[in-house]
Amino acid sequence: MTYRYRDLLALEPLSADELTFLLDQSRPFQEIQRHPLKKLATLRGKTVALAFFENSTRTRISFGTAASRLGADTMNLQAESSSVKKGESLLDTVQTLDAMKPDCLVMRHASSGAADFVARHLDIPVINAGDGTHEHPSQGLLDALTIRDRLGKIDNLNVTILGDLQHSRVARSNIHLLGKFGCRFTLCGPAMWVPRELEKIGAPGVSIRRVFKLEEALEDADVVLVLRVQTERMHEPSISNEDYVLGYQLNAERLRHAKPNALVLHPGPMNRGSEITSEVADGSQSCVLEQVTNGIAVRMALLFLLISGAAGDGGHPAGTSAEDSQAPRNRRSTDKKEVPHASD
Amino acid sequence: MLLIKNGRVIDPASKTDAARDILLDGEKIVELAAPGKLTRDHKNAEVFDASGLIVAPGFIDLHAHLREPGQESSETIETGTRCAARGGFTAVCCMPNTKPVNDNASVTRFILDRAKTAAGVRVWPIGAASVGSKGEAIAEIAAMKEAGIVAVSDDGKPIATAKLTRQVMEYCRSLDIPVIEHSEDVSLAAGAVMREGVTSSRLGLRGMPAAAESVCVARDVQLVELTGARLHVAHLSAKASLEQVRWAKQRGLHVTCEVTPHHFTLIDEDVQYDSRYKMNPPLAAREDREALITGLADGTVDAIATDHAPHEPALKDVEFDRAPFGILGFETAIALSLEQLVHTGRLTLMRMVELFTTGPASVLGIERKLAPNQPADLTIFSTTHEWTYDVKQSPSKSRNSPFDARTFKGAPIATIVAGRIIYKM
Repeated sequence: MTYRYRDLLALEPLSADELTFLLDQSRPFQEIQRHPLKKLATLRGKTVALAFFENSTRTRISFGTAASRLGADTMNLQAESSSVKKGESLLDTVQTLDAMKPDCLVMRHASSGAADFVARHLDIPVINAGDGTHEHPSQGLLDALTIRDRLGKIDNLNVTILGDLQHSRVARSNIHLLGKFGCRFTLCGPAMWVPRELEKIGAPGVSIRRVFKLEEALEDADVVLVLRVQTERMHEPSISNEDYVLGYQLNAERLRHAKPNALVLHPGPMNRGSEITSEVADGSQSCVLEQVTNGIAVRMALLFLLISGAAGDGGHPAGTSAEDSQAPRNRRSTDKKEVPHASD
Repeated sequence: MLLIKNGRVIDPASKTDAARDILLDGEKIVELAAPGKLTRDHKNAEVFDASGLIVAPGFIDLHAHLREPGQESSETIETGTRCAARGGFTAVCCMPNTKPVNDNASVTRFILDRAKTAAGVRVWPIGAASVGSKGEAIAEIAAMKEAGIVAVSDDGKPIATAKLTRQVMEYCRSLDIPVIEHSEDVSLAAGAVMREGVTSSRLGLRGMPAAAESVCVARDVQLVELTGARLHVAHLSAKASLEQVRWAKQRGLHVTCEVTPHHFTLIDEDVQYDSRYKMNPPLAAREDREALITGLADGTVDAIATDHAPHEPALKDVEFDRAPFGILGFETAIALSLEQLVHTGRLTLMRMVELFTTGPASVLGIERKLAPNQPADLTIFSTTHEWTYDVKQSPSKSRNSPFDARTFKGAPIATIVAGRIIYKM
């Protein structure tokens, strides 16, 4: 099996087999993280463009480290220091980057669908490192890898996702990945942040329910994914930290409602004392640091697959349109549902 | 003289659906008769053979943005009316959200002057309800009416407050001019780029609920009850709004509404990360679309209007949430109406023609019929002609249509204004 898309824009369109393949491909790169010498030459001579239009520390460093451990060079664009601040359009910015001939673009952007939009305009592979409140595919993969390592499987688990679901691209990527393996989801948080439509965002048959009482939401959980409260994406009046803590903070006592060895995941950065207590964050059930390490392995696998798969090792064959000769783009529109009334 | 012969004439005003020859002289219709039965001498008339085609009164679009003055890189009155002519429209009402806003008689006169030298389509400006459409002071509605506006609206947004809406309604009632409302509760819609629902949740795009529209319609209907004004609800998209209009009509209030082709064709589930699917009001839910078609059929909806909203590629080719709202509409309106409403058997051809002619005319308080001495404005279209829309061939300066590359059955064939063929396929 190979990865058949040119890009990684979202996990939603991927099948269970394709997701398993990506997780399996990450395994050898997990090994490398334990070696004293971590640098490979696999992508020597290749360049990865990192375009982070939205603040990010861990994801940017993680992708940068992944690239360098594969022997690739990186070019970095950060919104604060770039022409974006001077009013340049996203399209102009990425086309300028593309003209510097990177082999892959990793981008984060505050607008949902931004990576999808950019991928339509570029020939090189695009990896979505988080787009607005849509998806964060590499985070979904690294979470699944972490769960699989600890529990030995990712099938048929009870997954409770806690916090600001509405604004969480991490939650969406997790639902789209784990849902393909029969996991059942319980979403819990202040009702304004857990809109009812979320119960229907999974593939047909994926069980997603909303529960507003935390202890009840944790019953029988195999995995608890704690989200950060994303004040920067709020349009609604927020609730106070005190109210949030009262209702939704994951503490040791509440965690006891979950299965005895339930895992606790958090995509970071954590607000200790807000959505999670230090006791839980640092406890034996917490996977927070493994998630970070696995993030590099997953991203190495993605860069390796997309760059080495994109055009063979020789780069683009001269004079051939990449659009015609290569893998399809990994985005929703390519597997758009039939809409009977709008047939033409 | 121009003789339109052998066409199937559909004239909602007289409920005519029959083969007729129509003789035009100068800017007027002079005679209609069964084929070959004209009594007037027409030996020297230019002949248009409309065999196999529908001949209807000139189509009116109540809702369009021609972008001039001020946003000429997206459209001009010239390019916009050329599109309108290709779409079969003989008259177009243009919204006042230009730069500057059409909130005074000099802007109105400028638009009308430009229209004189443009493509020949009649341009009927709509004036702003408030100065600068800012929702503070009432605009110079009387002066604009004298200059030629046919309605007022702060389109692009609602008239800001209930109190100002009431005052505008009172004033417009005294001036006998309709108030067209872009119905939206701006607090419910704040930040939203599509309709709220499963699709917006999946895409991570911020959604507005149907109530963002319907609470404003409900408010305005109450104010019509208070003031006795004529209210026309622009681009109505939600079932709940339609129910408000239905209720108002049952009470005998003068409330009308229009629906756009994109709202009776597409739904929120069609939205992709492609700004050609971004408009306001946004594409609605499946059940809304179904209700709109029912309303188009049963008479609750008065008109089909395009909300032709050109935005040049540089503005539209951006992240979805940063793109402006709106899509092109003129050139696909007839074809989409046939495809979605007539070919499916939901509406008769007569009813469809009504929605483009007598329907919008009555919103404006004017007549639209085929009879001697009436203006020689005709829309001739085919219900069978197969064609594919190629937006790159459009006379518009913009390209923002989700219907690019769609294949249609049925098309505008010729547009006649004041006795002159201004467009012929």
